[in-house]
Amino acid sequence: MDSQRLTLLSRIKDSDIYFSFIKSPTAIVSSVILIIIFFCSFFVEFVAPFNPFDPSSLSLMEAFTPPSWSEKGMDKYILGTDGQGRDMLSTILYGSRISLIVGFSAILFSLLLGVTLGLTAGYFGGKYEMIVMRLTDVQLTVPSILMALLVDGIARGIISRELHDEMAIYVLIFAIGISEWPQFARVSRAATLVEKNKDYVSASTIIGVSNILIMFKHILPNIMRPVLVIGTIGLALAIIAESTLSFLGVGVPPTTPSLGTLIRIGNDFLFSGEWWITFFPAIFLVLLAFSINLLGDWMRDTLNPKLN
Amino acid sequence: MSFLKIKNLSVDYKMRRETINAAKNVNIDVNKGEILGLVGESGSGKSTVGNAIINLIDEPGRVSNGSIVLDGIDIHADAQNIVKYRGKKIGLIFQDPQTSLNPILTIGEQLIETIQTHLNLNADDAKNKAINLLKEVGIKEAETRFDNYPHQFSGGMRQRVVISLALCCEPELLIADEPTTALDVSIQSQILDLIKKLTKERNLAVILITHDMGVIAETTDRVAVMKNGDLVEIGPTKELLTKPKEIYTRSLVSSVPPTNKKISRFKIIEKENKKQSDTNIKILNRWVKKEISDKDLVKVESLSKTFDDSFFIESSKNSVMAVNDVSFSIKEGQSFGLVGESGSGKSTIAKMIVNLFKPSSGDIYFNEVCITKIKSNKEMLKFRKQIQMIFQDPYSSLNGRLKVKDIVSEPIKLHNPSVSSKDLDDYISDLLESVELTQQSAERYPHEFSGGQRQRISIARALATQPRLLVCDEPTSALDVSIQAQILNLLKDLQEQLNLTILFISHDLPVVRQMCDRIAVLKNGKLCEISNTEDLFIKPKHDYTKELLKLMPKIESIYK
Repeated sequence: MDSQRLTLLSRIKDSDIYFSFIKSPTAIVSSVILIIIFFCSFFVEFVAPFNPFDPSSLSLMEAFTPPSWSEKGMDKYILGTDGQGRDMLSTILYGSRISLIVGFSAILFSLLLGVTLGLTAGYFGGKYEMIVMRLTDVQLTVPSILMALLVDGIARGIISRELHDEMAIYVLIFAIGISEWPQFARVSRAATLVEKNKDYVSASTIIGVSNILIMFKHILPNIMRPVLVIGTIGLALAIIAESTLSFLGVGVPPTTPSLGTLIRIGNDFLFSGEWWITFFPAIFLVLLAFSINLLGDWMRDTLNPKLN
Repeated sequence: MSFLKIKNLSVDYKMRRETINAAKNVNIDVNKGEILGLVGESGSGKSTVGNAIINLIDEPGRVSNGSIVLDGIDIHADAQNIVKYRGKKIGLIFQDPQTSLNPILTIGEQLIETIQTHLNLNADDAKNKAINLLKEVGIKEAETRFDNYPHQFSGGMRQRVVISLALCCEPELLIADEPTTALDVSIQSQILDLIKKLTKERNLAVILITHDMGVIAETTDRVAVMKNGDLVEIGPTKELLTKPKEIYTRSLVSSVPPTNKKISRFKIIEKENKKQSDTNIKILNRWVKKEISDKDLVKVESLSKTFDDSFFIESSKNSVMAVNDVSFSIKEGQSFGLVGESGSGKSTIAKMIVNLFKPSSGDIYFNEVCITKIKSNKEMLKFRKQIQMIFQDPYSSLNGRLKVKDIVSEPIKLHNPSVSSKDLDDYISDLLESVELTQQSAERYPHEFSGGQRQRISIARALATQPRLLVCDEPTSALDVSIQAQILNLLKDLQEQLNLTILFISHDLPVVRQMCDRIAVLKNGKLCEISNTEDLFIKPKHDYTKELLKLMPKIESIYK
């Protein structure tokens, strides 16, 4: 077992992807930033100086404290506090966890849906392919924000008010996921069309391997590279979409704020001079999305030069 | 003083792990009015030398040493110099006529553009010159075809246009990099004749880069043999091919399938003398050997296949008849050859026999059961097991994401789900040894193997189900000639030991002659003739067969 792990490690070190990674400062910097953000977000209970959702730690007296380096700042609130006396840094970290969970889940949902539809459409062809691909065309004509608003509206109609806050996060994941899947469907269908004409697929057919097995054992691993690239870039889009929706007030409720919710709350205080409440979550969001995009660009160049 | 003198040329490619010497101290000279053949297997550096002359080496490669002297002037001394020479003094012909012409310009525009770049001519003179050139390379009605686009020409005609483009500035040196590899035999001989004619008429110095020894024998005056970047041997073609001095040249010549006789095995001359034991086909112990009966294993009756252009309606106008009323039968244990040029429908027939395509009409009988009428997959699985196929392209025929072990075990597990894992491992290592691969190969991925080794993996996979019929679709046409000889030997051995029936598809007549007992010749989807191999080569009946035989490049022509 140990020797196997060793060979896996050496194989990774030997690969061209690793080589191109250590040669690219952009990729290294952005992945370091992402690792830090992911780590802080998922172990937020241990990392954050305060728990902003614990009412006993809140002090309304200390609301609207500016960042620690300004005149009225306090040392214990590095990035200042918001209108309810919550520490900004802690709130941002808790918020980014929600943003990341929603982003990852939404992209996973659309990846599963899109790749399954694209793969089967490309493989079987015919009328089924035509229906699936026209469906993606229709989906692409609806802007993703509109789609998400629509889903949210329907969800509000169906789900009772008490349940809605609990369900909000799932509704959001579904709403973002459903508007991203056509990308995956198109890319995986195109890649499948190339792969299915290769001889190894014919060889499997001649051996008598079933269609399901050919699709998922043989073709799927070979089309994952472009799909992963689209997925990474899509992750940034999904996080931004979540923030946009939360900013508009149809996303996660203010009781468990995400980055978008924080920016919206802070927006109200912007003109009264309390700039930090909206500025820091916004910068954090930009940093997160930018790093993911840079990493995605590097992945696209390395894994799939044809996609440019 | 020779016209082109390449002195101590070295070309390096600096790669991540090591520096690859694509050419090492190569010395070649070419005289005017002479065709020099540059021959070698893939990776031998023959194209690198050609590209180095015109300074077309791509990054990260560079010319690290040596000089190229053209007509007394070192053309690499000044970087600006080469631009003047390229196109003007040196003409180029590339392998693929599909990609070496710009599809959105008419051939006339492309010719005039090239002429005016290098020669100071006005539009009318340039046009006249272009038309004369087209006539010279044998394009009929040059005036009207002048305004046609490249896609309106056939492959051979397009290569003629490329040649006229190379000639339009009166070059004195012509570099042809595999100019006929993408073309059919009949077109190939026309293009080679044209190059020969032009060399004489224009007193050109020509470098013909090719891997085909037949082309070398029929076309060139002198030949240079390259291997791994080294120049192995250079000399007059006849002398070099009949009395090769170096071991490598000898092994290269001996692995070319002879066109005039059938030999039982290809001689493989290797430095290390691997002992040839007869017991290397280990799967023999597991093989349920079928006694050869005198019955037909495969019977094809008036088979036709139409491909429709139209998606919705079945229109007769747009449909292409790929296979038209073909009938033949293959006796058990026989090797049956299907020969034809590209578009003759030979691969389509193969795909119908292995049931990748359904025929439009006609029937295929396997062991007296009509397999084209089988509807259920379960029923079909019994026949899948008995009919296996080997593909042309060793790179796309193996799934790069699976280990060799998983590739070979897939058919075994599928047809025998109860196999124990120890049995499976034994079976796999037996299979790999039978195709002369090591047991350690099982744990590796396909990209770690060369083309020839990949083809062996393909064969191992095909044998895993213990088939009775092996369909080989151009199994060696993507391989070098020495590797081809090894693979063909392997197929012959396997057939002998395992009583396989082989359907062998190829465009290469000498190869088919070595491999097959009976041969069918196809043209445009129709059957021209079927006869026993020796009869076909000695007294062909059909005109088309006669023409093919006449045109195929023969290495023996050198002895005349």
